[in-house]
Amino acid sequence: MKIVYLDNNATTQVASEVLEAMLPYFHEYYGNPSSMHSFGGQVARRIREAREQVAALIGATPDEIIFTSCGTESDNAAIRSALATYPERRRIVTSRVEHPAVKSLCANLAGQGYRITELPVEKNGLLDMEQFVGSLTPDTAVVSLMWANNETGVLFPVEKAADLSHERGIPFHTDAVQSTGKIPIDMKKNMIDMLSFSGHKLHAPKGIGVLYVRKGTRFSPFLIGGHQEKGRRGGTENTPSIIGLGKACELAARHLDTESSAVTRLRDRLEEALLARIPQSRVNGDILQRLPNTTNISFEFVEGEGILLLMNEYGICASSGSACTSGSLQPSHVLRAMGVPFTMAHGSIRFSLSIYNTEEEIDFVIEKLPPIIERLRSMSPYWTSVAQACASV
Amino acid sequence: MWEYTDKVREHFLNPRNVGEVENPDGVAEVGSIACGDALKLSFKLDENKRIQEAKFKTFGCASAIASSSALTEMIKGMTLEEAQKVTNQDIAAFLGGLPEEKMHCSVMGKEALEKAIENYQGAPAKEPGAKIVCECFGVTDREIERAVRENNLTTVEDVTNYTKAGGGCGNCHDAIRQIIERVRAEAKPAATPKMTNIQKIRMIEEALEREIRPSLKHDGGDIELIDVVGNRVIVAVRGACAVCKASDITLKHFVEAKLRDLVSPDLIIEEVAP
Repeated sequence: MKIVYLDNNATTQVASEVLEAMLPYFHEYYGNPSSMHSFGGQVARRIREAREQVAALIGATPDEIIFTSCGTESDNAAIRSALATYPERRRIVTSRVEHPAVKSLCANLAGQGYRITELPVEKNGLLDMEQFVGSLTPDTAVVSLMWANNETGVLFPVEKAADLSHERGIPFHTDAVQSTGKIPIDMKKNMIDMLSFSGHKLHAPKGIGVLYVRKGTRFSPFLIGGHQEKGRRGGTENTPSIIGLGKACELAARHLDTESSAVTRLRDRLEEALLARIPQSRVNGDILQRLPNTTNISFEFVEGEGILLLMNEYGICASSGSACTSGSLQPSHVLRAMGVPFTMAHGSIRFSLSIYNTEEEIDFVIEKLPPIIERLRSMSPYWTSVAQACASV
Repeated sequence: MWEYTDKVREHFLNPRNVGEVENPDGVAEVGSIACGDALKLSFKLDENKRIQEAKFKTFGCASAIASSSALTEMIKGMTLEEAQKVTNQDIAAFLGGLPEEKMHCSVMGKEALEKAIENYQGAPAKEPGAKIVCECFGVTDREIERAVRENNLTTVEDVTNYTKAGGGCGNCHDAIRQIIERVRAEAKPAATPKMTNIQKIRMIEEALEREIRPSLKHDGGDIELIDVVGNRVIVAVRGACAVCKASDITLKHFVEAKLRDLVSPDLIIEEVAP
């Protein structure tokens, strides 16, 4: 069965150019970049190039790039570094809609006596900036806000927020796992101190992440070991993945325009058609301040897992914020923070596209999904009365 | 992705008996849209008072739909007395099993069946005296008690998997823990069979290791099992306990009580003569 992959915020396909760039570094050029011999040294050279490619994508300098094992490690390293370098400050300011990599870490730190300010969001998922400014107390060690939300794609004004933090002498970290490679990022034009992202969201492999640390920012390493990454992250470099990530960043930089035009067009085509064909459906999150590739749509009175499994029968891959798929018994914390009613949250589906999706694939989903929703609604005890009410209006 | 059996998948993809029975004899609706699943069950009896027709409408995940479909298939042809004996485990077994985290779907089926029968018999829908324990999901103490009893649950997490209780804010975890202890205490007497001496020693050792030693060690003490003679458990206390004037009290009130609870209610603890 052909797979229609619309779950790119979960992970992406490794681009064939990326795979090709990586392959020689498993078996052929397996040297350790720290070695004195030229067999290892040649790998060090390739890592240097990769670091330049990564830096170029976000307008950074190569020495501001630290390679890590994943986005979660980068988030942990950034927040813990800020706490270590400002030991007298005991507060972290973050939001209610962060990824678990930040949210669970903060919950854990709260258990160790840190005070956590979790900023609420508005109905459209956006931050209340006045409330944000009010939260910036002198005892704040770090602000950590995601650039783009993984579930809704909603963008936080992190550059503005970083300015406001800086005015008050508070370091600013952003989890940019979802935004890097999808929207233009230029670290020369903002005051963000630390930025985390992950390779596998932009067509590099899983198991490679990046932490950007602005030159001059105080940094205390998370993984302590050898002198790799200038002593800022111990551990032998994951050479094939670093080289793959370099290539992926180069491709992402080249594709940024496609991402914002072609991908947006496909996403909008999908969204408009589904909303038009399926009654009692709506988009979660602000439709303007949003990633180009993401749409989160709720289909009222049906449950997300059923939708996913019926789409699965056609090879369509997406994800849901429903309770049954969240691993807990409550629907997604992001949708709840936005005040999405439970009737809507349980039936939410996230479609996240990539540059590899085609119009045929989108049309296939537009054709298959409405009967799936209709079928589940015909089984739902809530649907009949609502349908009747609507019909009588 | 959940590991569903082929039978669950099959009943989800091709659910039997979807809809509502016309002029039903019994009907019930359990769950709520806020909880994430809800089931409306209706049935009709034939002239011999057997279930002739049973239909469902379900809002919920694949396993909720499959459980509802399975339930309606199972009860067709049964008398109400037979249907009353169907447990949530029967529903799960019919489907070749459900993931632990999804057992509450089968419990929902059992509840709907019970309430639909009550509805036919004209009984009150809510059990008298039942009190809501989990506010988030509206689960009563009776429902938790029954799930613990019928499925032999031991932890709060189990209870959440089976009834959803405790899966929201978590405020009711202590109350759930108390219900588990109460139900398990009730179940105890019947479940203490005769033990051989070897079994008894093994269980005592295990109880000492798991339940008793950690607390003693916390205070710098330790305990060693010397012998078991009939119901007399002879021990030696070590470390801080050996010089502690309160160690008699610890032995009687803590160690003996624990062993009685965990191994056998007839045990008597004695300290070895120095």
